[in-house]
Amino acid sequence: MNIYSVADNIISPLGSSTEENFVAMLRGQRGVQKIEAGHLFPEALYAAYAGDLLQEPLEEEEAERANWKAYTRLEKGFIRSIAAVLRTVPGINKQRLVLVISSTKGNIDLIGREGTGAVGAERIELPAMAQAINSFFKLPHAPVVVSNACISGVSAVLVARKLISMGLCDHALVAGGDLLDKFILSGFQCLKAISEEPCRPYDADRKGINLGEAVGTMLISNDPALNTNKDAFSLIAGGGQSNDANHISGPSRTGKGLKIAVGNALKSAGLAGKELGYINAHGTATLFNDEMEAIAFSDLDLQELPLNSLKGYFGHTLGAAGVVESIITIRQLNRGLLLQSPGYASSGVSRSLNVLQENQQAHRLQYALKTVSGFGGCNAAVIYGKA
Amino acid sequence: MNLGITAYSELNEKGLYKNGILLLANEGQEPFVPFAKEVYRFLNPVYSKFHKMDELCKLAFLATEALLSEDKISSNAEGADVALILGNRSSSIASDLQHLESYRDSSNYFPSPAVFVYTLPNIMLGEICIRHQVTGENSCFLMQAPDGRFLYRYVQHLFEQEAYQQCITGWVDYKAGNYKACLFLVEKAAVNKPVLRKFDYDFI
Repeated sequence: MNIYSVADNIISPLGSSTEENFVAMLRGQRGVQKIEAGHLFPEALYAAYAGDLLQEPLEEEEAERANWKAYTRLEKGFIRSIAAVLRTVPGINKQRLVLVISSTKGNIDLIGREGTGAVGAERIELPAMAQAINSFFKLPHAPVVVSNACISGVSAVLVARKLISMGLCDHALVAGGDLLDKFILSGFQCLKAISEEPCRPYDADRKGINLGEAVGTMLISNDPALNTNKDAFSLIAGGGQSNDANHISGPSRTGKGLKIAVGNALKSAGLAGKELGYINAHGTATLFNDEMEAIAFSDLDLQELPLNSLKGYFGHTLGAAGVVESIITIRQLNRGLLLQSPGYASSGVSRSLNVLQENQQAHRLQYALKTVSGFGGCNAAVIYGKA
Repeated sequence: MNLGITAYSELNEKGLYKNGILLLANEGQEPFVPFAKEVYRFLNPVYSKFHKMDELCKLAFLATEALLSEDKISSNAEGADVALILGNRSSSIASDLQHLESYRDSSNYFPSPAVFVYTLPNIMLGEICIRHQVTGENSCFLMQAPDGRFLYRYVQHLFEQEAYQQCITGWVDYKAGNYKACLFLVEKAAVNKPVLRKFDYDFI
């Protein structure tokens, strides 16, 4: 059974539709900006903050139906993003639709509070957050919530693909989101993983990550007729997931887990590595992550494929990353245009990689590989094909 | 495909159980941390990383030790042939609250990597993978209550479509001193091990 991504949306500092985001990226705009010391964090830092874009009221008559105060900032972002996707498929059968939420920390801004106004304290729990979003859209089935650290978004896409091939549903809305919050900033700062300048994935002078916030939604379906925008249409050709079984907060030195995940993705897609045309890698710009990826891609003989990391545009958006970056992967595939990997000037990894230093035409692309790796030692890979 | 449960374990406020048999009772009705220490001494895994773990990971680790104590991941299954699929409700809330205390007051600011790295629910899966060299799919699903129907169908699909040989599945949740872990080792029913329980919608 072929399973497709048929519609999508991104809300990030670069815009509140996929097209706005992609056009901004083509122009070289960055969502990562200097944020002055203040309410977000006591020190100045580089990060991608979406501000009110996440919570502007919904368009149309939906706004009247919605008691907007009853939702948190992140839930509003999820609702806006999902509503944008559902608007493209007005006739979809909700009885055959399941919502799959990807998030690492959900409503983490509620932690330590007794609940704020119309939002109860229980919404700190991811299942309660997902249920609130599910109820907004009056979806009849319980939502599925995936929380696999930084691989959550790609995990959620692969879970959606499984739910459809198991026959549990025909369509799945995969929505990934996380906030830029003091909880996460203070944690990554104490790990000494945050760069004090815009991040530079794979570069010799890379000094760590920039964090970001975003929400992305993909509609995954076995019905290609739901697609109304060719740029958003893609075959989910295969996927794989693994664990390094090595360390909870650092990647394997050998790229073992990532190689297993990519190997499984190729096997399930029935493809050889040489049939891939492009890699959208994780590229967090930490020393260890980028080095691990370089070793894995080189060992897999994929080192010549054009490759980029989108972290310089969006920052690391945690549970949103796999979804948002998948959506941009699909855009690049369909437009035959690959984006520059921001921050890269000279190689700082031990194996050679073909990191994109400027936007590049790529009209003959057929298959693209998207990879992610995360805390807990987990890795995931998904292959998108031109549909 | 005909799958069966070849071992199961449970760790809760009353005690530690393996295949339905009580291994160690929490006779003193101890809170989790001291009781976990007792369970650790009883199982004696000799694993110094245990002492660094947060409550959720200790809970998941001990329940897995009990689960696999006699039936180590069978020798013919490679680590990549084993999947780990867990359900959880409260995420890493105990470590989350501890991390919160370290940054909420700017005059007393002391975030620690030793706490922060445990502020994700899937870290417990990572700890199990490291201990037992599991390199297959590991997924953490958050749900209000154990959803046997979902976990059963998902695991069944992994065996049928992705050729996994073994899967550790079940529920691990820790919140404010209340806790429960119940884990199941699922294998193809044809293996040379007795099936102790049926693997179906009601397995959990």
